Amino acid sequence: MHLLEGKGVTKYFGGLAAVSGVDFYVDKGEILGLIGPNGAGKTTLFNAISAALKPTRGKIFFKGRDITPLPAYRICRLGIARTFQTVKIFPHVPVIRNVMVGALFGTGHRLSAREALKKAEEVLEFVDLTDYKDVPAGDLTLANQKRLEVARALATDPELLLLDELMAGLTPTEVAEASGDIQQLRQRGITIIMIEHVMQAIMSVSDRIIVLDYGKKIAEGTPQEVAANEKVIEVYLGEECDVAS
Amino acid sequence: MGKFALTKNRIVSLAILVVILVFLALLPTITKGYLVTLVADMMRYAVLTVAWVVFCAPTGYLSLATAAFYGLGFYVAAVFNGPLPFAVVIIIAGVVAFIVALLIGLLTLRLRGVYFTIFTFAVVLLVNNVVLEVERLVTGTRGRFVETETAQTAFYAMLVVLIATLLTAVLIRRSRYGLALQSIGEYEEAAAHSGINVVMTKVLVFATTSVFMGMAGAIIATRRTYIDPGIAFNMTTSFLPVLMAMFGGMGNLVGPVIGAAVFTYIGETLLTRFPDLYMLIFGVVLILAILFMPAGILGLGQQLWRKVKGGRRAPA
Repeated sequence: MHLLEGKGVTKYFGGLAAVSGVDFYVDKGEILGLIGPNGAGKTTLFNAISAALKPTRGKIFFKGRDITPLPAYRICRLGIARTFQTVKIFPHVPVIRNVMVGALFGTGHRLSAREALKKAEEVLEFVDLTDYKDVPAGDLTLANQKRLEVARALATDPELLLLDELMAGLTPTEVAEASGDIQQLRQRGITIIMIEHVMQAIMSVSDRIIVLDYGKKIAEGTPQEVAANEKVIEVYLGEECDVAS
Repeated sequence: MGKFALTKNRIVSLAILVVILVFLALLPTITKGYLVTLVADMMRYAVLTVAWVVFCAPTGYLSLATAAFYGLGFYVAAVFNGPLPFAVVIIIAGVVAFIVALLIGLLTLRLRGVYFTIFTFAVVLLVNNVVLEVERLVTGTRGRFVETETAQTAFYAMLVVLIATLLTAVLIRRSRYGLALQSIGEYEEAAAHSGINVVMTKVLVFATTSVFMGMAGAIIATRRTYIDPGIAFNMTTSFLPVLMAMFGGMGNLVGPVIGAAVFTYIGETLLTRFPDLYMLIFGVVLILAILFMPAGILGLGQQLWRKVKGGRRAPA
């Protein structure tokens, strides 16, 4: 049984199919990369998994259980946490309390305030934000706000973490750090699906990659297989070649 | 959360609170006159404002439904006071307000921003008209008489409800639900994806705070002999708590209480001294307050205090 499996996931916005009949799965301990040109439906797929949107058709199973009809907070409590393409932190709330939200509400069992605080401090340590714990979250740099989002997601004790363009807008040094962090998350036993445009990062980190284009899955395989796939080169990497020539 | 270190500041605040409560408890034994009614009125608005602030300030959902719950309290008092003891009537008013707020919450709290505000405004008109039609078609009356209570009884009842409101407010704000409400106000989507049951949290807190609005209505109704839907569901009751909260400052619970007390006093004074110019002066005062005291009276006080103490920045 796969950890997460989607069957024929379809989402229409009016007449437009943002995601169309996509089958996918991720196994425990895997890092799955999700790539594709802008508007390919990557974030829509994340939104369908995390119940920000209800799929028009298709079903999503988490550990064999159909989670399609569940609301977002239940999905989170079951063990699927996410970050957002544009950071969605609680800007006027201190960093530590941002993370405590995840620990208090997202774990699926009731933690006391003290346990939640301990957990929040622990994950802040992991993302290296301990020094900023009493600062209002809105005052952090973009890179640190992204770390905070990861921390808040981690505080919910996820088995599966959805990272939506974690590395967009980061400096090369920060990208390298983030890649290292993702490897460390896997060592903690967390399975990851990540959307990324920073190619060298996603190619080096992922075990397997799914390529979307116009809402359809056009390729799937190891980074090497995907990079060699003709369709992928045509719709995705091909553009880069044209620009370069 | 839950850390009650007895700092010097906290001891001072507690002492002030105790003095105020003792003063309030003794007031009707000192004087039997206008002051008792005035202070009861201040407490009424303090109840409405604090109850409003607990839900609306952290979430940013601007509710104008206060008059609906308050007016239902009026009608509960009209129907049950006399046959049932006053204390039971107040409790029934709270229960009725809770149930109606639960229904309204489930309908409206999926709406956001100005749509929510307009819907809550419409709810008052709806309840008003339903009661009006029931009176016209079913009971064949217009308005009702209320079994009255003495000024002292109403005063003490309001004091108890005010204390209950403040205690509930403190408990909610200090609990995990306080943090949940704040998260919802800051970024509702992120709150939901962090495991907060957004709809249930909003509806339950909205309904809980409405209890006190209904209770305040039931108490005030017994100081009138006659009520009708126009009196019970007066829209002013929805607007005043919003203005009083802005006037006092919403950063903590002291602001709304001071805002309600000062605002009520200014309103009463203007109404008795300058009945013709009342609204005009009141409007100017309000505009000046909003322009020059963005953090309310309390914010202004803190600013002055900082200046007096020699321009040192207060710790954030």
